[in-house]
Amino acid sequence: MGTAVFDLHALAPELILTGVAILILVYDLFIGDERKWTLPIVAAGGILAAGIPLVTLGLSDTTRSLFGGAYVVDGFALVLKGIFLGASFVVLLMSAQYVEEGDYHRGEFYFLLLSAVLGMLVISSARDMISLFVAIELVSSPTYLLAGWRKRDLKSNEAALKYFLLGVVSIAISLYGMSILFGVTGGALKFTEIASWMSAVPSGSAMGVAAMSIVLILVGFAFKIAAVPFHLWAPDTYEGAPLPVTAFLSVASKTAGFVGLFTLVYLAFPAQSQVWRPVIFGLAIATMTVGNLIAIKQTNLVRMLAYSSIAQAGYVLVPFAATTREGSLTAETFASSVTYLLIYTVMNLGAFAVIIAVARRTRSVEITSWSGLSKYAPGLAVLMTFFLLSLAGIPPTAGMWAKIFVFRSVISAGGLANGALAAVMGINSVIAAFYYLAVVKKMFFDPAPEEDLEAIPVPASLAGAIGIMAGITFVLFVIPDVAVRLGYGASLV
Amino acid sequence: MSAIETWALTLAVFLPAAGTLAILLVPKKQESAAKVTALIATGLALLAGIFIALRFDYSNSSSLQFETNVPWISAIGARYHIALDGISLPLVLLSLLVTFLCVIYSWKHFPEPHNPRVFLALVLLLETGMTGTFVAFDLILFFVFWELVLLPMYFLIGVWGGPNREYAAIKFFLYTLFGSAFMLIAFLAMYWKAGTFDIVELSLNNPGFAKSTALLVFGGLFLGFAIKVPMFPFHTWLPDAHTEAPTVGSVLLAAVLLKMGTYGFVRIALPVLPEAARSWAPWIGLLAVIGIIYASLCCFAQKDLKRLIAFSSVGHMGFVMLGIATLTPVGINAAIFGMVAHGLITGMLFFLTGSIHERYHTREIAELGGGMLKKLPILASLLAFISFASLGLPALAGFPGEFMSMLSAYNPAPGLSTGTFRTFMVVAGVGTVLVAGYFLWMLQRVNLGTVPERWESTEMHDVNGYEYAAWIPLILLTFICGVYPQIILGVTDGAVRGVTAAFGG
Repeated sequence: MGTAVFDLHALAPELILTGVAILILVYDLFIGDERKWTLPIVAAGGILAAGIPLVTLGLSDTTRSLFGGAYVVDGFALVLKGIFLGASFVVLLMSAQYVEEGDYHRGEFYFLLLSAVLGMLVISSARDMISLFVAIELVSSPTYLLAGWRKRDLKSNEAALKYFLLGVVSIAISLYGMSILFGVTGGALKFTEIASWMSAVPSGSAMGVAAMSIVLILVGFAFKIAAVPFHLWAPDTYEGAPLPVTAFLSVASKTAGFVGLFTLVYLAFPAQSQVWRPVIFGLAIATMTVGNLIAIKQTNLVRMLAYSSIAQAGYVLVPFAATTREGSLTAETFASSVTYLLIYTVMNLGAFAVIIAVARRTRSVEITSWSGLSKYAPGLAVLMTFFLLSLAGIPPTAGMWAKIFVFRSVISAGGLANGALAAVMGINSVIAAFYYLAVVKKMFFDPAPEEDLEAIPVPASLAGAIGIMAGITFVLFVIPDVAVRLGYGASLV
Repeated sequence: MSAIETWALTLAVFLPAAGTLAILLVPKKQESAAKVTALIATGLALLAGIFIALRFDYSNSSSLQFETNVPWISAIGARYHIALDGISLPLVLLSLLVTFLCVIYSWKHFPEPHNPRVFLALVLLLETGMTGTFVAFDLILFFVFWELVLLPMYFLIGVWGGPNREYAAIKFFLYTLFGSAFMLIAFLAMYWKAGTFDIVELSLNNPGFAKSTALLVFGGLFLGFAIKVPMFPFHTWLPDAHTEAPTVGSVLLAAVLLKMGTYGFVRIALPVLPEAARSWAPWIGLLAVIGIIYASLCCFAQKDLKRLIAFSSVGHMGFVMLGIATLTPVGINAAIFGMVAHGLITGMLFFLTGSIHERYHTREIAELGGGMLKKLPILASLLAFISFASLGLPALAGFPGEFMSMLSAYNPAPGLSTGTFRTFMVVAGVGTVLVAGYFLWMLQRVNLGTVPERWESTEMHDVNGYEYAAWIPLILLTFICGVYPQIILGVTDGAVRGVTAAFGG
């Protein structure tokens, strides 16, 4: 274990990203409109550059601990940072044309995007309450602004306001819980300290207070991942925000919330599973079921995907809720959640990239406007089908493995309650297939509109984003071992 | 084993999938190139199947042959384990043959909206899924193949199907998906207990579930397989799917897809959970005979020829399930025989219905109005021949399977109530009379009588070359299997005795 207080190598990704973000802000001031197209290239370059130390850190294969253990670069941090950087890179590809065509402040857009990514890198390594809180704020604040980026659009305003108000309230609840915990543990901040305090304290009033604080902290993060019943902001925000931002929120921001949950549950509160397990058990079932049921009724594709992403978060929660007879957390449950998140990120981004491509033509994300898409844009229709099938967990896509891994980890935990949880998830995946296929039906079985049926031109960067996501979704179907290994590599257990 | 023997089975399974990719690379305009590609891919796969059949060691049909067993997803312990035994072999050959014939049949018979390229690509993908299911000996691999058939069939029905195709397609999809979700959970429960996904190992060393858990796990498998068969009361997707599907889709659905369910019972549910199977068997038998009677009664009420045949499928699969439920060698041999026979006969019936529809542009029995023997003598004769096979005329393929199935119910495996199963036998016997009844009535209404006025002046072409090419193998096999049932029973018997050893008797 590295002991350096300030390990430059370990912090290199964050430092590079900070540098590039500031560079963009300054660079944007000095270039004219005709050169603004270079901004996404600089941002993408920054993300790729930040990926380089990530690779070298991965190769060096040592856990680095900084600031007295408050900031750790281990397998978990590296895998999650990789996911974040990859997802942001793809979001940049999706944004480039979109931001250029709209009337946006481009420099600030990319600056805020990179700032949020920076927050995500920090949260992956955060191992005490303060860095966790700072990181989640760093993720959230820029995204509040990004959600309202279409400032002349009322829906976008509503999106930002709802997201901001509920986000702030939720994080305040978490903070309240953290402060109680700080008091009751006598000043413990680091997850390891909290964990050892929790396993040492037998019961009594202190334990009651601690249990309350655990629930409060989790509620804040349940808002972030849009778990039912804390999901109300998500559909409106997703619908109103610019599409690339929606994509970003639905994968990267959600994953950041999960990272907080992972580290809290597995590192800070492992000894108190009897407190948080029932909570997450209920959240998982409610999130899957409510998300899927409401998604069926949606007529707007983005709202449908918003509810779908709520349901998907429920699947990720399922392994958390799986109780082993010994009550211990296993590497398998952990890995299956991470693997699911990884694959979900890929397939959901892919679906949003196709939506952006099609919306350039249809100017609408109503499902009816996708009628007969296969007649005039067969490629996009096939790719959208591919991503939707992956979300539904049907071969030949990586999404099938994501579901199988989650099922497997829950069943392996044994017991009737877990069997029931798996059954609920099974029924849910059938419900989900129904609404995903409704879109497929629209695209393939329904007639195309009468007017012009020219092919839809797709900008190169967007085509790249779609291609990369489709490629990964298929490759991970053929060799899922890669995803599982990353999941196990990230395990905190 | 020579290199070719090692690869033969993998080739038979994946050549069609390779064909799918090849077809999609064919330029859009060149439809005939796409057809030739499909013919070559299915033809080569069939040749690989014939090669396997020739090299198969029939004296040793209970042991796995042409086996490949290599690690696949090491992180979860899934392996690429494919092989053949006497139970798989007839079903694999059936899938390979029927798909090949479907490609020939569709040469001139593309339903609207045409687009042969995509149509054939989907058929080929379907073939990989079907064949793979019958040779997979790893539960995860089995599941992947099982799920792989969903998508192509969904599109075949949804794009090329009849007026109510969208409803039928989604119903088919969701029903199967619902079953397979529980099947997967059952698979994973087995893995959790036994630590392996290997079907052979699980059959040798059954996972030691507590009695109640075993019943639940069997229930998961039951849902998955029974929906696919389909057994009463899970059969409601089938008449819709069959009626709406394009001809080739119905043929493949009837001839092969339904067998995946019954095969699942024989290959996985019975050998891995013998104790639970014994407890479930009377209920399975009960649902099977209810299915026979119910489906036959429904047949009497059908106005649409294709829907009638679809319901008759439910009845025939009831006989197959009754054979399986007896847990005896005779019963399971009968079941496998019944699967193959139903594949040949009902596949053929759907081909005929398709061709009739193409000529009359209707399938309503009342509108056809009779006199087909005069109007289209060859087609009508074939319909009569295959209907007689289907109603179980001795010396044709329909007879041995159903007869043996009822026979086996007279003497079910030890531990099962003889009285119950003999009652089932009697009920099934009544069913055979009903089956004969509705088929003869259908023939009377379609074939006999005079040609109605509206068809008098319509020019109709009797059976054409492509149809002959696609149908002659099926007709010959229907005859051969009926006269010499040993051709199938000789292959299956050894393997079936391996399965039933656990049930004694």
